[in-house]
Amino acid sequence: MSLAVQRDVAPGAAGAAGLPIRLAGVSKSFGETEVLRRFDLHIPAGQFVAVVGRSGGGKSTLLRLVSGLDQPSGGRVMIGERAVTSLDPAVRLLFQEARLVPWQRVVENVGIARGENWRERALQALRDVGLDGRGDEWPSVLSGGQRQRVALARALVSRPNILLLDEPFGALDALTRIEMHRLLDGIWRERGFTTVLITHDVAEAVALADRVIVLREGRVALDLPVDLEHPRAELADPRAAELQKQILAAV
Amino acid sequence: MTVEALSPARRAERTRPSLARFGRALAPWALPILILVVWEIAARAGLVNARLLPAPSTIASAFWRSLQDGSLIANTWASTKRALIGLLIGGGLGFLGGLATGLWRPAETLLDSTVQMIRNIPHLALIPLVILWFGIGETAKIFLVAIGVFFPLYINTFHGVRTVDRQLVEMAEVYGLDRRARLSRIILPGALPSILVGLRYALGLMWLTLIVAETISATSGLGYMTMNAREFLQTDVVILGILVYALLGKLADWATKAIERRALSWHPAYQIARENKP
Repeated sequence: MSLAVQRDVAPGAAGAAGLPIRLAGVSKSFGETEVLRRFDLHIPAGQFVAVVGRSGGGKSTLLRLVSGLDQPSGGRVMIGERAVTSLDPAVRLLFQEARLVPWQRVVENVGIARGENWRERALQALRDVGLDGRGDEWPSVLSGGQRQRVALARALVSRPNILLLDEPFGALDALTRIEMHRLLDGIWRERGFTTVLITHDVAEAVALADRVIVLREGRVALDLPVDLEHPRAELADPRAAELQKQILAAV
Repeated sequence: MTVEALSPARRAERTRPSLARFGRALAPWALPILILVVWEIAARAGLVNARLLPAPSTIASAFWRSLQDGSLIANTWASTKRALIGLLIGGGLGFLGGLATGLWRPAETLLDSTVQMIRNIPHLALIPLVILWFGIGETAKIFLVAIGVFFPLYINTFHGVRTVDRQLVEMAEVYGLDRRARLSRIILPGALPSILVGLRYALGLMWLTLIVAETISATSGLGYMTMNAREFLQTDVVILGILVYALLGKLADWATKAIERRALSWHPAYQIARENKP
């Protein structure tokens, strides 16, 4: 058993905190439209996967299935050894919008699930995302990038095994986005949780992920490993540019 | 030398804005004061019938008299007690009803259309029926107030709960908040601005209903005081009663505003308002 789990760990990643994700023959339809059809995907523990594709290609559906927000119409979604049947505290989801509760202070937002020592843990999580000393402020005074940092702290405070990101940096300006990439990359390398990032931005996918999957009409159109060392300098690497070209061709 | 030369100019600089501020603070009171002065002169000169419209000074002395014999305090207290009991019962039921229909679909299907139908009856039209049911005692007045405040709180609580950001509720589910935590941390605070609007509206209706109920039948309260004074042609007491009503209404409004400022301090609109204050 333990051997099987060990083999499931992606090479190079500190996989202790990560859990593998497996989708086997998963179908999902909304009314008449079938978004995913007999879909198979395996993500080893600790891997950073980026899912790229056009709108309506099934990216968000995939994320909602893994998070347990939606149930598949057919097939199975597994996290580690468990089938996903409901929301799982080992999985945290970062939304497109920060979704901070406006009437809770920043630290209360981070510790929204409360629990033991929630305040100390939330303050530590805020330090980890570079927002030391901002805990007592209202979310409304923060900038867009700071809000997403708070949302990231809220996702990480419970030390999840899997982090799902639904285009969380799409609305940020270019400089803030690069800052967020560095932050996420650093935390991921340190903690080793399994990460699935959904994005429209091919450059973002290549800058962060070990593996880029292109989804088209509910199918994997391209499954491309990205063997560049972390942290990656944006735009500087000609190999990255070559990979981006390949991905764009598949989208 | 230079200090002396500068100081008068500096002093002028300092006094001018404070004078302007003083003037601005005083400006809203200019018209009421002018009206009072003209009114007093007109009454004393015999331009208006003092029996129909007594001078402000006469009303002031009526105020002093009723304050000294304790009748003003007793009557105001009687009215306030009725108003608050009615508010507690009707407002509480409205809040709970709105919460139930807002949170729970079956309750909405069961209750909402009925409530919306009854809402369209002016509650003061129930007075004859209420007198038949409860006589002219305390119950009748409290019942009317309760009916009056029920609807604004019901409707605004329902609306508030329904318009809470769905994305926040979904986030709370994903982050493992149970039903109670979602209610107390997400839904109720999210509905609060709307509930407070309902409360303010309810407070207005509360005094209105009480005035009408007390003028029809009562042996105590402000309505009784003014109707009794009418019998004896004490116009000064009638006007005094009206002024006390106005004051109580203003007080209630001020209280809700204070609650709003406190409870909604997270809201950007209230933060800006606070920063602009000197």
